[in-house]
Amino acid sequence: MLEINTDICIVGAGPVGLFAVFEAGLLKMRCHLIDVLTQVGGQLTEIYPQKPIYDIPGYPEISAQELIDKLMKQIKPFQPGFTLGERVETVTSEPDSSIIVKTNNTTIKCQALVIAGGLGCFEPRKPNIDRLIELEGKGVAYMIKDPEMLRDKEVVIAGGGDSALDWALFLTPIAAKVTLIHRGDTFRGVPDSAEKVFRLAKDGKINLILQSNIIALNGDEHLQSVSVLAGNNALTTIPADYFIPLFGLSPKLGPIAKWGLDIDKSAIEVNTVDFSTNIDRIYAIGDINTYPGKLKLILCGFHEAALMAQSAFKYVYPDKKLSFKYTTVYGIPSF
Amino acid sequence: MIEITIEDSTGKQTILDIPTDINLSLMEVLKAADYAILATCGGIALCATCCVQVVKGMERLLPPNNSEMDMLDVLPNANQSSRLACQLRINKEMDGMIFRIAGKD
Repeated sequence: MLEINTDICIVGAGPVGLFAVFEAGLLKMRCHLIDVLTQVGGQLTEIYPQKPIYDIPGYPEISAQELIDKLMKQIKPFQPGFTLGERVETVTSEPDSSIIVKTNNTTIKCQALVIAGGLGCFEPRKPNIDRLIELEGKGVAYMIKDPEMLRDKEVVIAGGGDSALDWALFLTPIAAKVTLIHRGDTFRGVPDSAEKVFRLAKDGKINLILQSNIIALNGDEHLQSVSVLAGNNALTTIPADYFIPLFGLSPKLGPIAKWGLDIDKSAIEVNTVDFSTNIDRIYAIGDINTYPGKLKLILCGFHEAALMAQSAFKYVYPDKKLSFKYTTVYGIPSF
Repeated sequence: MIEITIEDSTGKQTILDIPTDINLSLMEVLKAADYAILATCGGIALCATCCVQVVKGMERLLPPNNSEMDMLDVLPNANQSSRLACQLRINKEMDGMIFRIAGKD
């Protein structure tokens, strides 16, 4: 377990998390960023890097990736640390009031925690199927980490997107039998993949069931079969060792929801004086917070970061008096 | 001004009067009308929490673009009458349409 000691730990390395490093740095507070994604930039880099943004002050137009690149340049003097590709699982307080943040591989001790998690983490979307949750890990899997586990097994895949097609094709030579169940009768995914699936179905190598939905899972200690309801209301049972529902990803708060923070409609409630949460030393800025009049704009997140840093100063330097300084007068300090 | 009927999860129908020049999506209108829609992604067809069923008037809507279609393809409970409200910009053709709120957390 890697151990890191810093002044401020920032969860989320999107534009607002990155700019928080700058605002903290001006006050000589060191930052460490953690993001579940393997690169910085959050949704800007991951989802729409080439999209133009028009409401960043001073930039009539700037691409999402360019904004992230410039923010990285802007915070460079403050030498932030990065833990990428890891998700924060737990947050606890120490007797001296410092905060311990843990991922599966890293422990970070900090004086203040800033949640700049944006949309949250993307988690597999779970269909409404009887006993689905109960059988998770007992035959139900939302992602396939080790395909060998499925060798010579009966596998049922549900979904109509690219990943359902791709996995059905990939697993056909490995599994004893692959059944692909789709609620529609066509696939809009990559035409080549759809064509291959239809051809394998015709040759009897994939069991393709269209216009049908899985409504229940059966089995005690482990999944044994799935119940399938067809469009004509016919109910059938298909033997299954594994069921893999592939219905895309959806943004969720994830473990953040379990840290004792006040949450309203999947967003963290904050005090607009300094964007602090109901827990001492924990702040939430950017798209993940909520307050009366909240606008999910990058520029609002930048403002929130500035006020947060002024407030967090008292935790990092309890004996020092905070004096507000303009960069035009004092320039940029660096570490 | 157009009238759109919204059916909530309890089946209750409410008529909304909407100016056609507001340049908002149906998702933004539903949020402004205090329907409990998360709209986590802010309108980029990424979270599907604003999913609606078109009860009446589907033929008056433009077909879904690629990002909306990609999402509708993978949603477990979507069907031929499903759309994402964030991708439907309010226009006068929508007068008299009926939508049922279908999005989940």
